[in-house]
Order: sequence, then structure tokens, then C-alpha cells
Amino acid sequence: MKRTPFYHLHQANGAKLIGFGGYEMPVQYEGILAEHRAVRESVGVFDVSHMGEVEIKGENAEAFLQKVTTNDVAQLVNGKAQYSAMLYENDAHHPDGGTVDDLIVSRISPTHYFLVINASNIEKDLQWLYRNKIDGVEIINRSDELSLLAVQGKNAEAVLQALTSVNLAEIRYYHFAHGKLADVEMMISRTGYTGEAGFELCFPNEYAEQVWQAIFDAGKPFNIKPIGLGARDTLRLEMGYALYGHELDEQTNPMEAGLGWIVKLSKGEFNGKAACLKAKENPQKKLIGFVLQGKAIARQGFEITTKEGQVIGRVCSGTLSPSLEKAIGTGFVQSNDAVVGGTCFVKIRGELCEAEIVKPPFLIKQTHSIKAM
Amino acid sequence: MNFPETLRYTKEHEWIVMESADIARVGITDFAQSELGDIVFVDLKSVGTKLNANDIFGTVEAVKTVSDLFLPVAGEIVEVNEALKDAALVNKSPYEDGWMIKLKVSNPSDVEGLMTAADYRAQIGQ
Repeated sequence: MKRTPFYHLHQANGAKLIGFGGYEMPVQYEGILAEHRAVRESVGVFDVSHMGEVEIKGENAEAFLQKVTTNDVAQLVNGKAQYSAMLYENDAHHPDGGTVDDLIVSRISPTHYFLVINASNIEKDLQWLYRNKIDGVEIINRSDELSLLAVQGKNAEAVLQALTSVNLAEIRYYHFAHGKLADVEMMISRTGYTGEAGFELCFPNEYAEQVWQAIFDAGKPFNIKPIGLGARDTLRLEMGYALYGHELDEQTNPMEAGLGWIVKLSKGEFNGKAACLKAKENPQKKLIGFVLQGKAIARQGFEITTKEGQVIGRVCSGTLSPSLEKAIGTGFVQSNDAVVGGTCFVKIRGELCEAEIVKPPFLIKQTHSIKAM
Repeated sequence: MNFPETLRYTKEHEWIVMESADIARVGITDFAQSELGDIVFVDLKSVGTKLNANDIFGTVEAVKTVSDLFLPVAGEIVEVNEALKDAALVNKSPYEDGWMIKLKVSNPSDVEGLMTAADYRAQIGQ
């Protein structure tokens, strides 16, 4: 199992460590609920260095990314990022339109792009990128060299501004800048996975301790806390953000997962386009959100049923929302009867538990909409 | 971590203590609550349920995981802790406020056969 450069800091902070995406990662420090609250109410720091980073360089970088990703790369300008997906097409082992991975594509220059991909998919993504590679493109895997910290919460900007001369207020949502922070040259992106204001910082591994220490020193007045993967999951699920392996996988088309907004069918040819058009007209399943009446948690794989117990789908993600104090979840259903405002049932340890079908996000935040980008 | 000498323990991380000739109190250990993390829901079988040793008498839901509760010895549930509507009590006070059920024990001598605090510590490597 791999370790990030922050491993000893996790240990020193009392983290409980688990295997995730091939890395030994902190699932919690103080406790998921306290960490969740820290991010919603003030500021928290996530080590997300397990995630992969890939640089795409060359004169045909844009054309290449237009072909392998679903969002419209032509809409990017220098310093702007977009949420996107890579889909299978003509692959012996996967359906056309099945999702290779979801990712963030950032444009540094017209011939230089930066991808952030999921830890568990790094090898698979690289193979897929190489298989689709065209002349005039260079693919550089930087995953083992770069650290990634997410600083999230309404006080994130105040904490980080104390450490940099870059004017953070000028970095708009889903934009980034390169500059020095805590005396380290890094990429500072206004992105995140929590629904709160915040930044993601990417820098070489050798500066891991220096940056972590500076952030926690600057964050002391705000009671800054380290946040584990447990709270990362409750925070993202309250916002209805997809997690690969749950709402998205190799069998699932983003159109079915409620991510039609990152699939730009008008941009020209791209991998999985025909399958997306088909899924748009005739979806095989649809993603729903639900709020259970009781406090039993619907876990991944549990059956979603009608009142009579007829199985109509399965749970993708479920947790107790710390903000709402209700059991929430997402699931794929095959039934046209499962509509927002209606009810469904989740089979939890043999019992049919009633739930209201809702449209995520479960928690309404005024800060931003990821879709605005 | 705290494992009172007065309690008996199971390998499934429950504790039990006799409170009178045939009534015992049952809960989960400090180690169990710590491993589970934030507990958000405790679902217990109803009063009057008769169960054998090692039968499931409820489940405990933490944010990240769910775990069944196994009865240390045979008996009948005579009371459930209503205060566990606030499930976090199990994290805060696993041996006191966070107890789970009171059990009319079929054979009180069964309790003597369970692990002592020292046995349990050895098992979990503490």
C-alpha cells in the first residue's frame, strides 16, 4: 500500500488509517461528525494526494482532450478548469459510453493541460489515454511527484491569504493561478468537493510538511482541523456530487448519472458520444436521490423497491447527513414511476424503509453551483 | 482505553454485567465504539424477545459502517435503553449511559464463562 507525503502527519494527528485507492489514507481523526461540522462552519484540510495528476502537452493537446473527454475543452482559457469525464468507446471489455473516470481538466496554456484523476483509476486512465494518444501530444504522469491538499470552508480564503501574495479573491470558482504560498511555488485552484468555498493546492512532495505546517499555523484562529475521507464522503454526498465507484463506473453513462451537463453533444466527435445520444433518448436507468424517514442508513448495493417490495434499483451511496440529521442516499432505478416528490423503499436488513425521492443536492448552499462552469 | 474489571466480555466486543440474581445489563465496549466511530443509530430488538447466546439482538449504525450486536448469553430482553435515541451516548459513555439492553438471563452461570477484562485486553491486543 502506498503512502502520501503526509502519512506521518496523519499518524501524529491521531488518524485512523484505511486502504483507499491503493493508498493508506486517514478515514477520520477526531470523528466524522466533528470534522464535517468544522468544514461546514469554519475550515478543514484534506490530504487528497492519493489522487492522480497527469500533464498533457503538445500542439495537439486540445484536439486530443476534445476526443477523450466529454466537456468542451474549447471553452477553457488559460487559468480555467472544468469538470469532465472520459468514456469508453470500441473497448472489448466495456460498453460504449461507460465511464473510465471523472476528472478535472485545467488549461495552463493552449499546449499544456493538467488533469486530476481518481486514485483508484490512475493506471487504467493512463492506459486509456495512451491508447487514444495522437501525434503531437505528450502524456506525463506526475501522480507520484505531486501533493494535493484541499482547504475547504468559509474561512479557507482567510487562512490561505495570510500565506500568499497572490490575490485569492481574484481567483474565481473553477479557476486557478500559479504562485507562491507558504514560500512554495504551487498551483492554487478554487475547486473542491464539499460545496463550501475553498481551494485545492498542488505542489511537489518535498514541501508537504512545510505547507501543512504553515496552513495549520495560519488556521489556528479559525480552529482549523484535518479532515478524513469519512467526512469527505458525507460532505460530497450532501451536495449530490458523484463519487467514482458509486454514482459512476465502467457500466454507467454520465447521462444516466445526472451528469449530462458535462457532456457537450454539440462540440464534435468524442469517445462515447453515440452512446450518450442513445442514453439521452432512451436511458436504461436513472439516478435518484432519497431521504429516508428513519435513521437506518442505506448502504451501497441495498435494494430499492416499490411499496410492495418489487425491486426497482440499487443504492449507490448512503450516509447519515450530519447537516440534516437524516439518512440520505442516491441510487439507480429502472422504473419511470420513481419521480421527484414520490416515495420509494430501501430494503435494510430485511425491512422496507420508506424514503422520499428528491433531486440532489440534499443541502442547498448559496456559495456556488459547479454547473455554472 | 477503559475495560472495567467488573464486566465480562465477548469476542464480538459486547460487555455484560449481572445486576441482580438473574438480570444483566449489556452494551458494547470502549474498543468497539472507538472502532465504529460516530454512532448515529442503534436499532434494538423489542422487549419480550427471547434469544440464544450469539443471536443478533440489534444493530448499531455508524456513519461509515454498520455492525450487528450479538447476545453474550441466552435470555429475554426485559428493557431497552430509550436514551439511545441519542445514539452518540454509546460513543461518550459505552459502559454507563450508553448501555443497550437489560436481559433476564436463562442461566446466570453462563456469564462466568465469558472473558474477563484481562482476557479481552489480550484478545484485542491492548
